[in-house]
Amino acid sequence: MILGLEFPSLPHITNWPEFLGGDTIGVNKVVLVYFLAVVITIALFTMANKKQMVPSGAQNLAEISVEFVEDQVVMPTMGTDGLRWTPYLISLFFFIFLTNIFEVVPLIQMPGNARIAVPMFLALLTWVLFIGAGFKAQGPLGYLKSSLFPPGVPKALYVLVTPIEFVSIFLVRPFSLMVRLFANLLAGHILLVTFAVLSASLVTAKWYAIFLPLPVLGVIFFTAFEVLVSFLQAYVFALLAGVYIGSSLHPEH
Amino acid sequence: MLSTLSLLAQEASSGIDNTGLAALTYGLGAIGPGIGIGYLVGQSVQAMARQPEAAGMVRTTMFLGIAFVEALALIGFVVFFLGQG
Repeated sequence: MILGLEFPSLPHITNWPEFLGGDTIGVNKVVLVYFLAVVITIALFTMANKKQMVPSGAQNLAEISVEFVEDQVVMPTMGTDGLRWTPYLISLFFFIFLTNIFEVVPLIQMPGNARIAVPMFLALLTWVLFIGAGFKAQGPLGYLKSSLFPPGVPKALYVLVTPIEFVSIFLVRPFSLMVRLFANLLAGHILLVTFAVLSASLVTAKWYAIFLPLPVLGVIFFTAFEVLVSFLQAYVFALLAGVYIGSSLHPEH
Repeated sequence: MLSTLSLLAQEASSGIDNTGLAALTYGLGAIGPGIGIGYLVGQSVQAMARQPEAAGMVRTTMFLGIAFVEALALIGFVVFFLGQG
């Protein structure tokens, strides 16, 4: 307790109890967030399947987002022959963005990616995909040779460069993808909870209720900031997945 | 060396001492990424001002760079939680 305030402990704001189901399989708030993200994405793209020449409504929204992912994520990182990877990057972007945005939706204020399991799975999936794309495009030995022994390095320096390249490509990339998404969302959640607890406790306070506008302004500003961070983290995850797959498809030579 | 290790183990079991060190760890670890991101965004703003038609490409590269640098600060944040509990 600090200054008489009871800040909730970290498990209290991240470990939610199940409301359906029991011991082995249960549904809690985080599972609900993931489920809603998938259902909303599928519903959007099903309703957008009208194939009108001049799009309107859901088809317009779907076309805008596909164009956004194509122009801002695929083209700068993979070029035109990366357009095959657009469905994967769209799914990744939509899923991460929708699970993140539930942090600011009023009744469900819990970002799905504040628990590390799904970011770990997404990072592992991207890792398997970029190694698999490299194996397919350059053959297994060719891919390992071009990534671990980059050309243009004097032969004596390979003793130093190869372990660094191995750790950087095969170990640090999936780990940093996972930690970046998870820690950004967890930090935002803790920040919003802190300001909300401060506001709620200052409402019923004595003379120091005069400070009430400060945490309230903090909650408002950080909610807007968390909307930006949700979008940015989804964009950065998809962008980095594109960069890693692109560097497997087109090695530098 | 074994006596040093047992001393560290005793230190790790006392809660209050460890939280202070963990908070200091994060604070020190946020200096580098703060400087890095500030420099990176400043240079990209300068590049966009010099050549406005390249602004899109500069912006994409800026986001890429910010993601890499911010990951280091966030790994420090996670280390804070590992050191605290």
